[in-house]
Amino acid sequence: MSKIRVVHYINQFFGQIGGEEKADHKPEAREGFVGPGMAFQASFKDKAEIVGTVICGDSYFNENIEAETEELLTMIETFKPDLFIAGPAFNAGRYGMACGSIAATVKEKLGIPALTGMYVENPGVDSFKSKVHIVSTKDSAAGMRDAIKKMAPLALKLALGEPIGSPEEEGYIPTGIRVNFFEEKRGSERAVEMLLKKLKGEEFTTEYPMPDFDRVDPSPAIKDITKATIALVTSGGIVPKGNPDRIESSSASKYAKYDIEGIDDLTAEEYETAHGGYDPVYANKDADRVLPVDVLREFGKEGKIGKLHRYFYTTTGNGTSVANAKKFAAAIAKELVSDGVDAVILTST
Amino acid sequence: MVKEIERAGIPVVHICTVVPISQTVGANRIVPAIAIPHPLGDPSQPADKEKEIRRKLIDKALQALSTEISEQTVFE
Repeated sequence: MSKIRVVHYINQFFGQIGGEEKADHKPEAREGFVGPGMAFQASFKDKAEIVGTVICGDSYFNENIEAETEELLTMIETFKPDLFIAGPAFNAGRYGMACGSIAATVKEKLGIPALTGMYVENPGVDSFKSKVHIVSTKDSAAGMRDAIKKMAPLALKLALGEPIGSPEEEGYIPTGIRVNFFEEKRGSERAVEMLLKKLKGEEFTTEYPMPDFDRVDPSPAIKDITKATIALVTSGGIVPKGNPDRIESSSASKYAKYDIEGIDDLTAEEYETAHGGYDPVYANKDADRVLPVDVLREFGKEGKIGKLHRYFYTTTGNGTSVANAKKFAAAIAKELVSDGVDAVILTST
Repeated sequence: MVKEIERAGIPVVHICTVVPISQTVGANRIVPAIAIPHPLGDPSQPADKEKEIRRKLIDKALQALSTEISEQTVFE
């Protein structure tokens, strides 16, 4: 039988075009494999062939999601694929959103199987896990080999229409689809066994995990914004020049708090960004583009707000674990409450 | 981060470029921004125009903070 035709999607980084300065790279299609496609190809042996690779910059895609999904779809269709693979995106948020969005659309519109791979905390997982198989990967490209080892066989199975095993067996993130099968022991027996394990404090696996929505109800609106104290918080990594607290450029382990008393404008001489997940040129020239101190000062003088809080809080959001972000924000919130801050503007890049 | 601050009872408006990420994460008041490397600015514009863009976004953010909502709302 003829080889399965595969099209692969990667971002500008894995396409070896460049880093953040090339994140606005427009979509392009190339014949054959590029970057990580080589390892996929090796793993497919002669069963499948990567006939084309489609590359798009992460920022470019995420700033034009609908239009780009369409444009990329057309490029992908030209290769007449039997199978589509995107990524893996590991813990890169914009890349994950791109991989999920395109894979889901290809599956729906072209009617061919599609597969991607991401770290479980990637925002692309929650958005697309019910629409397309997402293999669970490590959080950085160091896990590439491991990711391909899981993705390549699953991709072939999907393409050949072979039955797909459970998420644990195949290594993908649960899609929410139920499959009927006959269990040897009946439900009551399994439930009692589980209960006994729980009572003994032993490990057990639930058969029906409760969904974890973790939503927070919206706080009441500010009654009179012209009297309100407003604080600025950012995940865009704005720091005083030289990054005195050494906030990491990715996977931040800390946040920092800076006094902006008497500062009306964030200048290129005094402020910059420590964020390593977007092109820093524009923020380094004028950090107000990320943390709008200048406008909030003006609004304070014009009486449109009560006042801008004396301190701003900052960290870098790229690759930072959810657990850390939660911890930072809980500590920040505590201070904001005791400082009498009424509302927060949080900016993200 | 948006959620943890809101959990403490302070209303938060999230100004961000990739709105679907903000929605997935669970921000309640969302204002779409300009672009990833310059959410509140546009370097292609002259300085006064760029300031005007930023003022408009902050106006929208203040409006979001002053609006009662019962579910996730994107203030376009």
